[in-house]
Amino acid sequence: MTMMKTTLGAAAVLALSAVAALAEPAIIYDIGGKYDKSFNEAAFHGAAKWAKETGKKYREFQIQTQAQRSQALRQLAQMGANPIVMTGFAFADTLDKVAPDYPKTKFVIVDSVVKEPNVESIVFHEEQGSYLVGMLAAMASKTGTVGFIGGMDIPLIRKFECGYAQGVKAVAPKDKIIGNMTGTTPSAWNDPVKGGELAKAQMSQGADVIFAAAGGTGIGVLQSMADAGKLGIGVDSNQDYLHPGHVLTSMVKRVNVAVYNAFMEGDNVKPGVKVMGLANNGVDYSYDKYNEKLITPEMKAKVDAAKKEIIDGKIKVHDYMTDNKCPVQID
Amino acid sequence: MDYATIIEILDSSVRLGTPLLLACLAGLFSERAGIFDIGLEGKMLAAAMMSGAVAYVTNDSWLGLLAGIGAAMLFSLIHGLASITFRGNQLISGVALNFLASGMTVLVAQSWFQQGGATPSLGPGGRFEPITLPYAKAIGAIPGIGPIYQNLISGHTILVYIAFLCVPATWWVLYRTRFGLRLRAVGENPAAVDVAGVSVIRLRYSAVLICGLLTGAAGAYLSTSLASGFGREMTAGRGYIALAALIFAKWRPWYALGSTMLFGFFAALSYRYQTLDIGPLHIPNQVMEALPYILTVIILAGFVGKAIPPRAGGEPYVKER
Repeated sequence: MTMMKTTLGAAAVLALSAVAALAEPAIIYDIGGKYDKSFNEAAFHGAAKWAKETGKKYREFQIQTQAQRSQALRQLAQMGANPIVMTGFAFADTLDKVAPDYPKTKFVIVDSVVKEPNVESIVFHEEQGSYLVGMLAAMASKTGTVGFIGGMDIPLIRKFECGYAQGVKAVAPKDKIIGNMTGTTPSAWNDPVKGGELAKAQMSQGADVIFAAAGGTGIGVLQSMADAGKLGIGVDSNQDYLHPGHVLTSMVKRVNVAVYNAFMEGDNVKPGVKVMGLANNGVDYSYDKYNEKLITPEMKAKVDAAKKEIIDGKIKVHDYMTDNKCPVQID
Repeated sequence: MDYATIIEILDSSVRLGTPLLLACLAGLFSERAGIFDIGLEGKMLAAAMMSGAVAYVTNDSWLGLLAGIGAAMLFSLIHGLASITFRGNQLISGVALNFLASGMTVLVAQSWFQQGGATPSLGPGGRFEPITLPYAKAIGAIPGIGPIYQNLISGHTILVYIAFLCVPATWWVLYRTRFGLRLRAVGENPAAVDVAGVSVIRLRYSAVLICGLLTGAAGAYLSTSLASGFGREMTAGRGYIALAALIFAKWRPWYALGSTMLFGFFAALSYRYQTLDIGPLHIPNQVMEALPYILTVIILAGFVGKAIPPRAGGEPYVKER
């Protein structure tokens, strides 16, 4: 019995010291998967950059099903990971319940707001970046019809769509915008076949530039556009390299910077809401060697001017999530 | 809805119906020989992964197709071994294969490519390219039937044409050859076939191997034609819809063509319209996605004709008791 007690005690001490030594940051990727070439992959690049620069390790978890959300969060918190970063609005409800149970752990959620004293919520002005790529789409379109394909039908994606539509109308008020959502469940983030079919359907309605804000589903959209010799627009990560010459630009959302910063701050993560927009480089449009031939100097000048005006507050891009309405007509 | 839109939706139906057609014919061979196959989904998935992987590495879509067929035939052999040789329960074996495929494809793809269980995107050589049939442009100019030829019949990948040719081929094999007669007989009354001196075991094995061949082509179509590369769970229930289509078709080849194209049409329609408005009716697209299953239940309940499965289906053949 005493022997048993000693062993148990030793084990407990070991476990405690392990926790203390293990103040590693952790990241949880959403269902789209770490390699979705888009949102989650951007987060991964942020974490990888941190690991490379500091030489430290971090923990990661890729959830496969809805049920794993709370399980993953609790497990990482119990292992002593700090801070725990999660990518995706879908974690909001779970985090709301889990965060109070681990008051000493700092949580960071990207894309949603959770009001707990130990949670930092990072949200982006997607409408601003989408506005810029919308302008580019309208300038590149020859048919006067542009498309938008969203992932899961949620207000956040409507925000992309609405910003995009406003950008299109700013350049070409008469252009038609066709909008589609892939689905209403999280599997809509990972259905490239359906994405490709939606793109084909929009092309048959005349669209020759399509913005895909749909995670892994967008890969199918970009593929279809490249196959047809038309233009796609990537999202979240810079996706210009996927089909050089057929990806007009990407609406870059610097999730990587958000994750990198959170990891850097470690336990000093500041709870509260942090907004990243054009002004602090949280969103942008991509311009690199893969798409520089598609964007003429005039187009670039026009977009850069608009970018400056948005930062200065001269152009106000309407945020769909403030009133769940879009001032622009989308078919 | 104008004429061009209708053609476009039908074109999309053909693309989406083709994997269902191949899988449905695969199931038809197997079930007509008395081996129920709920594992169509798993075989397609395994084939999609293998063909995506091999097509990526070799940059040759035909080698990808072969690899996919190989993977599906291997799964078929396991199913055959469990249910023919060892007389196990066919449904359990099928379900087990589905689970095996679901886990193993991701595991293998992850260890080969480290891309989260997907294969990398295929280059131009790794995919089957659409084929433009001769005179497509000239005939397309004819109003009325022109667009049907140019947009609906022309412009698919080779696998689509192969799938359509498989329908008369299946009909011919089943109803016009000695092998087909025996295959059907072994699904109805294996004892009679045995008494006639024909090997039940061998017939059933050839049936499950043909099933592997066709599901292999279906899986390869998914990853090398419809998409470019394999993604986790990319079959997305198509194997089950193919089974539903098989019941809907009452285990007949020409009906199978009809039912799979109908289900492909539902899919195309639900992709195209978020909600379908027919007069005052609002039909959300979840209803369209569920339609294949609803129709199958209706058929099984005997409201529209009667679906009678092969009589000896699902039972292992025991020579002597």
